Amino acid sequence: MRHRLAPYLLVLPGGLWLLLFFVVPMVTMLSLSLQEGDVVNGYVLTGHWQTYVDAITNYRVQLVRSLIYGAITTVLLIVAAFPVAYFIAFYGRRRKATLLFLLLLPFFVSFVLRTISWRYILTDEGILLGPLKDAGLLADSFHILGTPVAVILGLVYNFLPFMVLPIYVALERIDPRVVEAARDLYASPLVAFRRVVFPLALPGVFAGVLMTFVPASSDYVNSAVLGSSSTTMIGQVIQSQYLVSSNYPTASALSFTLMAVLLIGVFAYARALGTEDVMKVAAR
Amino acid sequence: MTDPSLIRGLTNRRDVLKMSGLAGLGMALAACGVKGKGSPGASAPAADAVAKFWAGRTSNGKLNFANWPLYMDPKHPELTKFTAATGVQVKYEEVIQEMGPWFAKVQPQLAAGQDIGYDLMVITNGIQFKQFRDSGFLAPLDHSKLTNYVANADPAYAKEAFDPGNVYSIPWTSGITGIAYDEKKTGRPITSIADLFDPAFKGKVGMFSDTSELGNFGLMALGVNPEKSTAEDWKKAAAKLKEQKSQGILRNYYDQSYIDALGKGEVWITQAWSGDVFQKNVSDGTDFKFVIPSEGGTIWTDNFAIPITAKNPLDAIKLMDFFYDVTNAATLAEYINFVCPVPAAQEQIKKDAATNPDLAAVAASPLVFPGAADYAKLHYYREFATEAEHQEYQSIFEPVVLS
Repeated sequence: MRHRLAPYLLVLPGGLWLLLFFVVPMVTMLSLSLQEGDVVNGYVLTGHWQTYVDAITNYRVQLVRSLIYGAITTVLLIVAAFPVAYFIAFYGRRRKATLLFLLLLPFFVSFVLRTISWRYILTDEGILLGPLKDAGLLADSFHILGTPVAVILGLVYNFLPFMVLPIYVALERIDPRVVEAARDLYASPLVAFRRVVFPLALPGVFAGVLMTFVPASSDYVNSAVLGSSSTTMIGQVIQSQYLVSSNYPTASALSFTLMAVLLIGVFAYARALGTEDVMKVAAR
Repeated sequence: MTDPSLIRGLTNRRDVLKMSGLAGLGMALAACGVKGKGSPGASAPAADAVAKFWAGRTSNGKLNFANWPLYMDPKHPELTKFTAATGVQVKYEEVIQEMGPWFAKVQPQLAAGQDIGYDLMVITNGIQFKQFRDSGFLAPLDHSKLTNYVANADPAYAKEAFDPGNVYSIPWTSGITGIAYDEKKTGRPITSIADLFDPAFKGKVGMFSDTSELGNFGLMALGVNPEKSTAEDWKKAAAKLKEQKSQGILRNYYDQSYIDALGKGEVWITQAWSGDVFQKNVSDGTDFKFVIPSEGGTIWTDNFAIPITAKNPLDAIKLMDFFYDVTNAATLAEYINFVCPVPAAQEQIKKDAATNPDLAAVAASPLVFPGAADYAKLHYYREFATEAEHQEYQSIFEPVVLS
């Protein structure tokens, strides 16, 4: 009897935690998104689906923009993270632990604080643009802060370790003898990389994309700190609807829409890439 | 490996959960509504509300005060003096940056009847003031405990439309929304709201993200008095503001952080609050200018108010009255340079100028003691008759800020 109950008991703490902090808020949010009213007189559940229609019509620009920023960020992350992970995995040797520690070191400083320090670097007359402007290389009104470039740069910076680590783990598992075998069979270094190393690293890339695309698309800090009103992302709209306008129904409807879009996107991505194929490659 | 009975048990259980879950979901959905606190006529308190709130209150020797940044000398000389005189310890926190977020932050706690951690807060007249008041979140003030206020306050304040008779609030200070600019960058003096729409300052113009502040300037740019504006005017103003953004003239919409953006050269010309620029110049040695535009500016009042759930209201009201002592009002105005609600403070500042000649300018400043001619150029905020009207205003100007 006892051994049958044991698995349930083991699941209990985590399960309760999820029930309390995931399921309950989700149900509350779904309910809120279908309510009507205002913050002074209270909100009442009326099943008002029109909120979704209005929210999506009003904020479709920010929604699409967020997905585009998220996608660009993810692609740049792969490009930036792969060489780093490759270097640590194959050339790190005894320094591997140190290198990984260095990668995680920025996490000892708060996320918001690090983003704000980018403001100082990128500001109009800051350490980067100031000298260039004084030298007459840039127009006085040239700026990076407040543009999509600054926001995407911030996103790439903040999510870099989340891409490096999974790719590193995948690369780390590659038996160096497999690469040697490819070379022995007259594969050039490039071909060996393309046909052997990269396919074996794909599960890592896949995990990295999941870990970065979703939070990057729904991020609201980078755009708030480094962007301007023309880089507003959907996360900011939701935050502002909840915490500035106290317009809970619109905020909840947008949250659900974003979640649905991301879920569909991720499933489509997994389908297109074929998770099982990826895993098979990894196992091969 | 896996115990088959476990799987079987799981499916059965899951089915049961599914069934009960579906039934439960409907109930849960209905149960998690958000309660408001509004009651019709909440703006006119019951006759015994004051007596009821203040009955049996005792001083606890401490209070927590929530205020905006740049609203007191950072060394807090007035608070030190207050503590020395009364023994009441004050925890002063500059936690309010914008009214919308502040209301949204404390609303759930107040609606649940919980202490928000502050006994005194400074809130601006406007949309959220009305929401605070109509939700019943503000303690009615006992004027018998406000002797300095009764003796020294400018009587004009008791006539302001947002809180007639100062039932729930008394002014901390008033201020003017105008334009701040860096003349070294703009290359010419700025005089009007039209300058905020000038393509010559492309990418270097700041506006406020607060929809009242933003909307007011959009309206005045079109020559409309915000106080008397209609929904049609709001739409036109929003279109003009959208154009300012789509043409790239606007750099960004700001909260209190606009002053840093001006300091860093991110903006050259921006909507601004009167006293901030003065304080920035004093503390950072900058030379920014502040101007009330020719089309007009707006005047607002930031008010002391006690949250209904405050733990130390008696200490809070003591501090409120303390700032209506003429000398205290004078030293505060000397530092913050916003409109002083105590007219007699002008004489006191002139006296103080004998030892500190810089203060003569403060006593003579139209931004601290505006004259009739100045008031003629200033508009009050629009008062919304109903929450629906306010929602309409929001729905027109909010997409401007967020798009």
